[in-house]
Amino acid sequence: MSLDISFIGILIGSIMASSVPLILAASGELVTERSGVLNLGVEGMMIIGAISGFALMVITDNLFIAIVGSMLSGVIISLIFGFLSQSLLTNHVATGLALTIFGIGLSAMLGKNFVGIPGKEFPILFSSLKESIPFFGPILFGHSIVLYFAFALPFLTNYFLKKTKLGLVVRAVGDSPVSASNQGINVILVRYCCILYGGAMCGLAGAYLSLIYTPQWIENMTAGRGWIALALVVFATWSPIKVLIGALIFGGITILQLHMQAIGFRIPVQFLSALPYLMTIIVLVVISRDSRKIKLNTPTSLGRIFYKEK
Amino acid sequence: MYKNFFRYLISAIFLLGFSVNSNADFKVGFVYVGPTGDHGWTFQHHEGRNAVEAAGIKTTFVESVPEGADAERVIRQLAQSGHDLIFTTSFGYMDPTNKVAKDFPNVKFEHATGYKREHSNVSTYSARFYEGRTLLGHIAGKMTKTNTIGYIASFPIPEVIRGINAMTLAAQKVNPNIKTKIVWVFTWYDPGKEAEAAQALIDQGADVIMQHTDSTAPVQTAEKAGVWSFGQASDMQRFAPKSILTSIIDDWAPYYVERAIAARDGTWNQQDTWHGLKEGMVAMGPYNSAMGADLVKEVEQLQKDLASGKVHSFTGPIYDQKGNILVAEGKVADDGMLAGMSVYVKGVEGDIPK
Repeated sequence: MSLDISFIGILIGSIMASSVPLILAASGELVTERSGVLNLGVEGMMIIGAISGFALMVITDNLFIAIVGSMLSGVIISLIFGFLSQSLLTNHVATGLALTIFGIGLSAMLGKNFVGIPGKEFPILFSSLKESIPFFGPILFGHSIVLYFAFALPFLTNYFLKKTKLGLVVRAVGDSPVSASNQGINVILVRYCCILYGGAMCGLAGAYLSLIYTPQWIENMTAGRGWIALALVVFATWSPIKVLIGALIFGGITILQLHMQAIGFRIPVQFLSALPYLMTIIVLVVISRDSRKIKLNTPTSLGRIFYKEK
Repeated sequence: MYKNFFRYLISAIFLLGFSVNSNADFKVGFVYVGPTGDHGWTFQHHEGRNAVEAAGIKTTFVESVPEGADAERVIRQLAQSGHDLIFTTSFGYMDPTNKVAKDFPNVKFEHATGYKREHSNVSTYSARFYEGRTLLGHIAGKMTKTNTIGYIASFPIPEVIRGINAMTLAAQKVNPNIKTKIVWVFTWYDPGKEAEAAQALIDQGADVIMQHTDSTAPVQTAEKAGVWSFGQASDMQRFAPKSILTSIIDDWAPYYVERAIAARDGTWNQQDTWHGLKEGMVAMGPYNSAMGADLVKEVEQLQKDLASGKVHSFTGPIYDQKGNILVAEGKVADDGMLAGMSVYVKGVEGDIPK
């Protein structure tokens, strides 16, 4: 194996690319959960985003429309969840699970005519710099715009939740919807917005898979990434920066273990395959030991149904 | 009163159901491990089902059925709902198929790629994919410049190990310096992971990629990276027109039609079928002209010889990784040995996961 510095750069670049869907979906779900809504439909929203993005790319031949459309489709499908859970006060867990099952089924049906169509090349930025600068080139350059957005998102989310008034409103709604409501905040409206935002990010995460990462449509192509994103939010104790770290560790170990196999390390392969899950949990548990901070970040009313008495 | 009414209604529906069945309304059920749109393994079984349907026989299918407890439930459901012949199309359905077969002696079962026929109503069938792998190995050995072939493997079952060995033996024959690097992904179907595995192998110096998984992601990754690749289970050429050298194509249709008609007409017997290039259950996609006319001719000849039996994929001397002899010089491996193959041949790197 060539363990030179430029190879490590390439490796880090591919690790970053593989963690993008997790970062996007988990960051979106994080905001939803901070508003006190537990939406287990991440996988379903991602797969809908994946098919909508791909279908729009084929139909319009325009990648911009495809990306925006995938986010819109995430919004629309999360609106179903919002209406059921916020307006009809259904159980969050059951509704979210139903959304996932519905999303997988619906995407398979919508996608029937798009199977077997090769995808289109997605433009990458600064591709000349990628080749010319060793080590830093493949890390910093030659990625799609969605990747840059994904890596900025956790910091933006952190800023939004901690430093802006609206962020405070979201957290208040998630911690104590009754008090927030008494302060004159429209709890249901805030939660609706957070659900729709989460849907948009999950839709984008799905489109990243079907338009950029493996440009094609195949059924069930998200293959459980939505569930990993959900778990990341919890293990990252609802901190956006830790979501980013967790996603990178998960993506990193997934890719490293494949390399270790290819090199021929004499470690049981089953152990290597389990390693991403194991390491992500261990690292996130270790870096979030401060129980005071966990308490501060945990949305106290997560998953509880709120209704305003009239 | 209403209670009674519903009772009558329900029994009427049941009676109707049974009477429809006794009307010799012959039905065939299929259980798939992946989605019909995977464009690989399940897609080809589904093509087989379409052929059965085209022959005028009613069929149903259930897709994306996980191997394990769910599989038994689905197979049982099909048996209960009046299917007369059920194809279970993945290795992991072996035990569930035999279990359900015991409880439904009048239903016929056909299990793909397995070896257990515990009851007289269970047949097994598979294709000699390793013959196709021999052709891929020959091509890979000639086309590689880095002498490194990357192989994405799913699960450590004889079927997969046989493919790795057949490919490596054929590649060694034309290029003694060949190395086979293997990455196990422990899934049949996860496009993202398959793409990552392909990329890892390419980064590690492999310039020919092949896979024993079901999606088209590895060939697309190879196309992007500018290395050679092969289609698996179905013709994947249009996903990677520059990179794909050829595809191994599974053609189940003739077998499915034949067995369905036999079951309908009452001539179905238990059997173990293992067809290959000769019978057409294994076919090859078009050869990429980038291989050059000479190599294409060579491979086409080898394909003919494999089909006629003149050449066997596992011809001795074959050694295992430690150098023990597996097949003596001048002998060929028998089917029993092939079916239970669980060691790598010499020249394959790494250990088989246990």
